[in-house]
Parts: sequence; C-alpha cells; structure tokens
Amino acid sequence: MRVLAALACVIALTGCQRERRDLRPAPPQAAIYGDAAREGTLQPGGVLPARAVAYPASQNALAISEGQRLFAWYNCTGCHSHGGGGIGPPLIKEHWIYGGEPENIFETLVKGRPNGMPTWGGRIPEYQMWQIVAYIRSMNHLEPQSASPARADSLEPSPTIQNKRAGVTR
Amino acid sequence: MSVPFIAALQQSAIAPVGPQAGRIAFLFWSFLILLTCVFLLTIGFTLWALSRHHRGIEQEPLERTHRPSAATDARMTRAIGAATVVTVLILFGLLIASVVTGEQLAGLRYASNAMAVEITGNQWWWEIRYLSDNTRRILRTANELHIPVGRPVMIRGTSHDVIHSFWAPNLHGKRDLIPSRITTEWIEADQPGQYRGQCAEFCGLQHAHMALWVIAEPQEKFDAWFEAQLQPAAPPEDAHLQAGEQAFLSSSCVLCHTIRGTDAAGQVAPDLTHLASRLTIAAGTLPNNKGNLGGWIADPQTIKPGNHMATVALKSEDVQPLLDYLESLH
Amino acid sequence: MRYIVTAFLFLLAGGVEALLMRLQLSFPNNPMLGPDKYNQIFTVHGSNMMFLFAVPVMEGMGVWLVPLMLGTRNVAFPRLNAFGYWMYLIGGLLLYVGLFTNTGPDAGWFAYTPLSGPQFSPGKRVDIWAQMITFTEISAMCVATELAVTILKMRAPGMSLNRIPMYCWAMLVQSAMVLFAMPAVMVASNVFLLTDRTIGTHFSNPAEGGDPLLYQHIFWFFGHPEVYIIFIPALGMVSAIVAAHSRRSIFGYPAMVLSLVATAFIGFGLWVHHMFATGLPQIGEAYFTAASMMIGITSGVQIFCWIATLWTGRVRLNTAMHFVLGFIFIFVMGGLTGIMLAAIPIDLQVHDTYFVVAHFHYVLIGGALFPLFGGFHHWFPKFTGRMINERLGKVSFWVLFLGFNLTFFPMHLLRLKGMPRRVYTYSPEMHWTAANGMATAGALIILIGGILFIVNVISSRRSGPIAGANPWDAGSLEWAADSPPAPYNFAFLPGAVSRYPLWSDPADRVVVTGMRNDRREILVTETVSGEPRFRHVLPGSRIWPLLTALLATAGLVGSIFYFQWYYIGAVLTAIGLIGWFWPKEPVEIEP
Repeated sequence: MRVLAALACVIALTGCQRERRDLRPAPPQAAIYGDAAREGTLQPGGVLPARAVAYPASQNALAISEGQRLFAWYNCTGCHSHGGGGIGPPLIKEHWIYGGEPENIFETLVKGRPNGMPTWGGRIPEYQMWQIVAYIRSMNHLEPQSASPARADSLEPSPTIQNKRAGVTR
Repeated sequence: MSVPFIAALQQSAIAPVGPQAGRIAFLFWSFLILLTCVFLLTIGFTLWALSRHHRGIEQEPLERTHRPSAATDARMTRAIGAATVVTVLILFGLLIASVVTGEQLAGLRYASNAMAVEITGNQWWWEIRYLSDNTRRILRTANELHIPVGRPVMIRGTSHDVIHSFWAPNLHGKRDLIPSRITTEWIEADQPGQYRGQCAEFCGLQHAHMALWVIAEPQEKFDAWFEAQLQPAAPPEDAHLQAGEQAFLSSSCVLCHTIRGTDAAGQVAPDLTHLASRLTIAAGTLPNNKGNLGGWIADPQTIKPGNHMATVALKSEDVQPLLDYLESLH
Repeated sequence: MRYIVTAFLFLLAGGVEALLMRLQLSFPNNPMLGPDKYNQIFTVHGSNMMFLFAVPVMEGMGVWLVPLMLGTRNVAFPRLNAFGYWMYLIGGLLLYVGLFTNTGPDAGWFAYTPLSGPQFSPGKRVDIWAQMITFTEISAMCVATELAVTILKMRAPGMSLNRIPMYCWAMLVQSAMVLFAMPAVMVASNVFLLTDRTIGTHFSNPAEGGDPLLYQHIFWFFGHPEVYIIFIPALGMVSAIVAAHSRRSIFGYPAMVLSLVATAFIGFGLWVHHMFATGLPQIGEAYFTAASMMIGITSGVQIFCWIATLWTGRVRLNTAMHFVLGFIFIFVMGGLTGIMLAAIPIDLQVHDTYFVVAHFHYVLIGGALFPLFGGFHHWFPKFTGRMINERLGKVSFWVLFLGFNLTFFPMHLLRLKGMPRRVYTYSPEMHWTAANGMATAGALIILIGGILFIVNVISSRRSGPIAGANPWDAGSLEWAADSPPAPYNFAFLPGAVSRYPLWSDPADRVVVTGMRNDRREILVTETVSGEPRFRHVLPGSRIWPLLTALLATAGLVGSIFYFQWYYIGAVLTAIGLIGWFWPKEPVEIEP
C-alpha cells in the first residue's frame, strides 16, 4: 500500500510542471517586446557562451493547449495550415530553417522572417508567444506527449500521432 | 447607461414576460400545487399510521404470527390498489399536461413574422448575429440581444467550442448550444424590459461569468437601435479620440476584435463597433463604464481568470485615449 | 467490512469538499477558491460521492448482510471480493492523489465532451477521472457478480425464491443492473473519452464525423440506472427495518418484489431525461417523459406497502425507524420534484439549476443515505455486539434531518431566482446571497450531525449495553447468528421454513447438520426452490487477488500516460490471473 502510494506520488510529481495553471501572466510577460535571442550560434571570433532563455511554457499542458488555440486564432493556419505548410513552410519537420530551439522559434515570431513571415513583436504579448512556441514544439514531439493534446476538435490530422518520426536537428 | 439590476425576480422563471415562459410557469405551478397535495397526503398517512391506536387490528394474531388477519390484509390490499390507481391517473394527467404544453411551446414556430437570430456560444461570451436575406443587413454583435416586443424570435443556436446553453428564464427554458449542431428555440417578449440570462451548461473555467442581457423594446425603438448598430463606427472627431483609435489599431486588440469602419477585423472575439451602447462588458460580468473597462483591459485575468482575453501591456499614455475612444463607440 | 469503512472515509472526504463548495458560495464574489480549484472540487465531490461512496457502501453492506440473511457462511467468490475491494481502494486513491497534485478532474462528474476532450481539457486531469471509473466499475461488477450468485445459489435449505428477504431481492436486482449499466460507462469513459484524449480518435469530434451527443447518450444510459443502483439496496434496507420494528411481515411481498424489478427495468429507459435541453426530437423526448413518470408508480407502490405495514403493525419508534420516517419524508419530496423534472417544459427551465441539485440530493441523501444510517443503527447490535445509544441516535437524526432540509430546501428557491449549477461565484445583485447563506449554515449543521453519529458509534462500541443475538426480535436469519458474527457466520447453517424464519414456531425451526466446521464449507442450493444440492469448499486467503489488482493498476495507470501500457497491463494481469487460478488438489467431499 505504501509502495503504491509512493509510486503514485512519483508519477504525479512529474506532473507538477505539466498541470500548473498560470492563468494570470506576470506584468513583464504581458509586454509585447520579448527577450530576443540571437539568430544563430555562428559568430566570427570564437564561440560565445550559450545564453539560456527562460522558457516558462515548457512542458505545461495548459500552455500548449493555449498555443493550439492561438495558432488558430492568430491565423498561423493561414500560411502554415495545421503544421503541414502551404504558403509558408511546414512546421512539422526535421530541418528547421532558422533553428528549432525555443529561443529560435520565439525570435522568428518576434522579428518575422524574410519571404512573408510577419513581425508579431508589436502585437502578440510575450507570454502568448511562448505558448505558441510550446505548441509548435509539441507538434514535433519536442514536448512530453503527456502534455500535448492528442488532437483538436477540427479537421486536422493530429500532429502528435501522425508524425511519429519527426524530430529536430540543429 | 446604468444597469437596472432590479430586485428579486430578475433572471427568474416564475416572472414570465412572454408566452413561452408563461406557459411553462403555469405548468410549473399546477404541478407544484398538485404534487404538494400528494406529498402532504403521503406524509399525513404515514404519521397517522404511527399514531393509530390499532382499533380493529387484532393483536393476538400479530403477536403469534406477525401478520394480522386476512380481513385486514384484504382491506389494505384494496386501499393500496386504490392509491395506485389514483397515482396512475394523476401521473397520466400530468403527462398529458406536459405534452400539451410542449406542443403549445412549439406552436410559435408557425408565426409568420418571426425574426431570426443566430446565437453562437463561445468560451465565455455570446456571439449574436441577426440574420437577413440581405447580406448587408446581417448584424453581428455580442453579449446583448435586443428583440422587439410582441414579435416571435427564432434563436438558432450553435457553438464554436464546447457545449453551452442559452437560457433567459424570463422568456423561455434553455436550449443547449452544441458544436456542429444547430438547435432552435422560439422566444417572444410581451413587455419591454431588460432580462438577464446566463449560460446553463458547464463550459469551463468561467461558466459562472457568462451572462447575457435580453432587451425587449417596442418595435420602433428596436428598429432605431438596429439601424444604429448596422452603421460602422464613426471616425473619431478630435485628436484625443484619434490617439485612442491609433492605440487600438497598433496593439494586440486587432488580432481578435472587430471595429467596423476601421481596419480591425478580428473574428474570434466580441464585435466592439458599438461597445458603448451595451449595458455590460465581459458577458455580463461588469457594468459598462470607463472605470470597469479600464480595469478589464488592464487585467482581465483577475476579473475573469482563465478567460481568453490576452493581457496586454499598454503604454501609459495610451490608456486614457483608448478608453475614451471605446466609450465613444455608441 | 473493509468496504464499509473505506466508503465511509470517502463520504467524509466528499463532505469536506461539499463544505468547501458551500463556504465558497456563501457570499458573492468570494475570493476563497478560484475557478480552477472550485471546478476540481465540485467534480471530485460528485465523482467521489457517486463512484467512491454510494455504490461501494451499498455493495459493502450487501457483502456483509446477504450471507447472513441467506443463512450461509460467505459470499460465493471470496477472492473476487478481495480483488474488487483492492481495485476500489486504488481507484479512490488515484482520484485523490490527482486532486492533491493539482491534477484533479475539472470537467464535472460526467465530463461532457467536447469540454473534456483533448482540446479543452489540457493535461491529464480528465484521464485520471476516466481511469478512476475503470477501477470502480470493475470493482462494482465483481461484487455484483458474487452477490447475484450467492443469492441465487447459496441459500438456506428451504429458502425458495419467494421466501428470500426483501433486502436480498433488492441486492439481486441491483446486481443485475450493475452488470448491465457499468459496461456502458466504461465504454463512455475509456473507449470514447480516453482514446480521444490519448490516441486521437474522433468519437466526439464533429469535424471528423463524431458527435458530442453520442457521449451523452452512452453516459446517461449508465448514469440513470446508476442512481437506481444506489437507491434500490436502500429500499431493501427500509423493508428490513420496517418489518423488524413494526413486528409484522412486510405487506404485499409479491407487489414489492415486482415493483423492485419494474423499477430496474424502467430505470434503463429514462436516460434521455438528462438531455431534454439538447434539442432532440420532441416525440422521442415525450416517450422519456412518460417513462420517467411511470417509475413514480413503482416507487409509489413501495411507499404504500410500507405505510400499510406501519398501519397494521405495532411500531417501535427507535432510531432506525426515525431514519426510515425521515427517508419517507425526504425521498417522497425528492421523487415529486423528479416528476416535475420529467415534464419537458418544466425541465427546460430548471435543468442545470439548483433545482436539480436540490432534487438529486433529496432523492440520494433521503433515498439512500437515510436508510443507510437507519441500517447502521438497526444492525449495529449485529455488527458490534452492543446496543447503540438510542437517545444520541435520535438527536443525531434530528440534527441531520434539520440540517439537510436547511441546506437543500433553499436550493429550490434559488432556482426560482435563476441560479445555474457549477458556478464558482455570483454577483450581489442577483439576490442569491440569503439562500446560499442558509444552505451553508445547513451544511455546517449536517457536519455536526455527522460528528454526533460518529461519536455515538465509537462510544457505543466501547461501552454500550451488550446485545444478544436478536435484540429486536426480528424475523430474518441474520439475527440467528452471534453478535458480532463469527467469521464463518454460522456454525450450524439454519434452514428456512418461511419468509421470516425466526418468527416461525420454535418447534419448526431447523438447522443443517453434517457440514464440516474445520474448513470453509458451504451449501449450494437450487436456484428457485432452495433445495440443497451439494457442498462446496471455498478458497481461503491468498495473495493473488491483491497482486492481480496491483498488476492491473500498473497497466491502467500507465495507460493514462502511454497507451502502450494497456498491452503491458493486459499481459501483467494475465500473469496475475494465472497465479490466481492455478489448479490445486481437488478437495475430498464426502457425499
């Protein structure tokens, strides 16, 4: 009985990050200008120390769900469909054009990219950008499966199931 | 505009203001009176059974065999038989009353001058569209339903996300709003007034704060309101209001909200073209005035935690112009 | 016994949740609980009471009482019984571990899709709910199976089917209902909801051809019989108590049995009355109105027969009878509000308001909890060998009765003022404050009544007057055993010569001789006539039920996170079952 309880606690503790419900973003996170990271790690004159970017929405089920909602609300689907791409490149892939790390995707959203990716930096609050980042990464199995939604209530193939072999390479 | 939250019988099914709710209330009172009598009779017989002095029940057989005589049993059987027959008749009568009332409620659909309104439930607000054959006269608004007095209104309901339920008890019972289905309900108001309704199917974190106001007004007033609502927002007259409009257009607001007459055309949040003409904001959560609006925009998550309005950090010099601009959208 | 104690602990947990809810709603805009916590608490309150308290406590009483009433030594499948208990306990713990780690389900105790689907309920909360249902339904089905077999095949010699006590009829009918209803909820929660959420099926996704209403239909096909599953054993208990304390046999035995069976049948045909507001076709809905009203007839017949029994008996008004009278008062009121709910137009106004909350608490607490408490007081001498303190018992009854009415009667009025269900707060302009305040006060009074009951139980256990085998001079066989009964119930199995064997002439009473007392031997009888057929040896305590339960748990809990665990769990459970059923030496039974 005690073993069972301990086991249950272990399973549940790993869920603490997943099940956090932060409904109210702290004021700095509501800012519309985020912490823009560098584009790539290639620099003249030696290797720079890595800058760790705080990624609050990581592994959080509510954040990924919100990202799923915002992905449709802010019309990312207009160019990227539901990850398959169209006018814009697919978001379920192995080779990322501008990097697949959270800070890279974040910067893509903040600054925009050539050939049509709008700059969302003046529009989407920072905390919501991180939620979208989490969702995009969850489409690529880079977030725990237990925190990712299995499907949406719409005509989309489920990114987490139908795309088992996707991964990120730098 | 002040919100007349009148006492006692607001949002109440026993204060009917239309034929639908009136029929239901009549049925309810009939049931209540009849069934209260049944209840009192049952309890009365039970208590009487305890206090009987058992005249006529032979004690000796009871002590020995633990059952009274055959004659007593026969009397009891007849009594229970009679009670059962009475129960069946009462229930049958109630069933007929219920079915007849249901038919009467459905009768409103044969009216010839019905108006059609489509209500779409969202988490946690109501999208209202007045339908028309002329596409230029389809009015999209939110959270407040105006209807003309004395005219049947057909509510076509659906939902964008989860199951909600449209319920304005003064007017009619509820109808679920189910994604991918269209449910219909006919309502009619016989008296002008403001009637509060609320979502009646658990729809998530802010189910408690998903209310709407149904405002019944005489046909002329309704027509005037409708024409005013169809107009796009008037361009702001002075620099202060223009600064407010610019603040709106340059921040996150435009991603979700629409103000017809400007470039803001977001479809996923309430239409703000005539925001200042509404009694409440945030789906009936707060009375509509500048202070509440400011608080709502500054921190929606404290007022309605979990709702889908983004928390946007505005520059301090934008706040007052923005609020004045929004409050000018009559 | 373990069932009853565990269920009681869950009752207390559910009561705490109820108190939290009432405190939150006691005044407008209360900041005590936010919407997230409140949603979790009301979901767990409902799920706890329905799945973890009401059904298990009735089953636990059945497991304890039915063998005694039938004059046999044990239930038919003791290891299955143990397995069912472990699954129940683990399921309950699963739910509460979830609640305490912020993973409690928050979509309502019935978790309608699409709110509970993958898009609108992120995380593992609803998955935990769905698997908790699996555990508790497996447990319920285990107990239902063994009770049904016990009642049909293991009776005292001479106890033909028309002589079994009303309580055993109730448990037989309830077991049949469980076997039909529980699989439906397992399909709804596991197949529809869980696979939608974990592997992306589209049962409730209308864009891909699914339908949210499909879930509702299947859930309520279980959900309505579920309340009768809770309620029918209580009816049996009331019959037992009324017979004993009116000192006469229950009036109208055939009518009572038939109305129990009719209630069960009709109960399966009522489910759409939970869905009247969804816009289904009127004619179909009218059928369910008729059926929902028809079930009032069967319950009415039962009430009339009880009143007739009281009328023609010599009533002893002890605490158990107080609870029965309280039951009649509260349940009849609840049943009549149910008739109101059956009418579609009225239901359209009161559905999902506090009227429904009032109605179902009246029928569930009045119809199940009050008889249960009456049963506790009635069988207390048999449980513990001591008499319970009558004065304190009556005081606790009145406190509970008054507190209950103070809590739930104002809820009828709240609905007249338009308060919907499942709202975590409200604004002061709605004028709901007064009634909510009364309800909160009533809840605190119920708490006091519950405490009095517990105090009564503990103190009477320790120092109440010693009770003999049959302190009430009742007629059914459980009163022939010792108080408290030995683990084997009866050293010499009694025979049954009539419906109330202990009331028959002492010269006519028989016992069975020739059964061995050094091993777990029981008598298997004919189904209908009660003639003895052969002896059978029941297995003793083994570790395999617990092990199988643990292995099944590993599979089921794992499947919340990774669907592959269903396969692993199946293999593990098979291992457990192989160990369980490993053949042993056949036991020598002399003819």
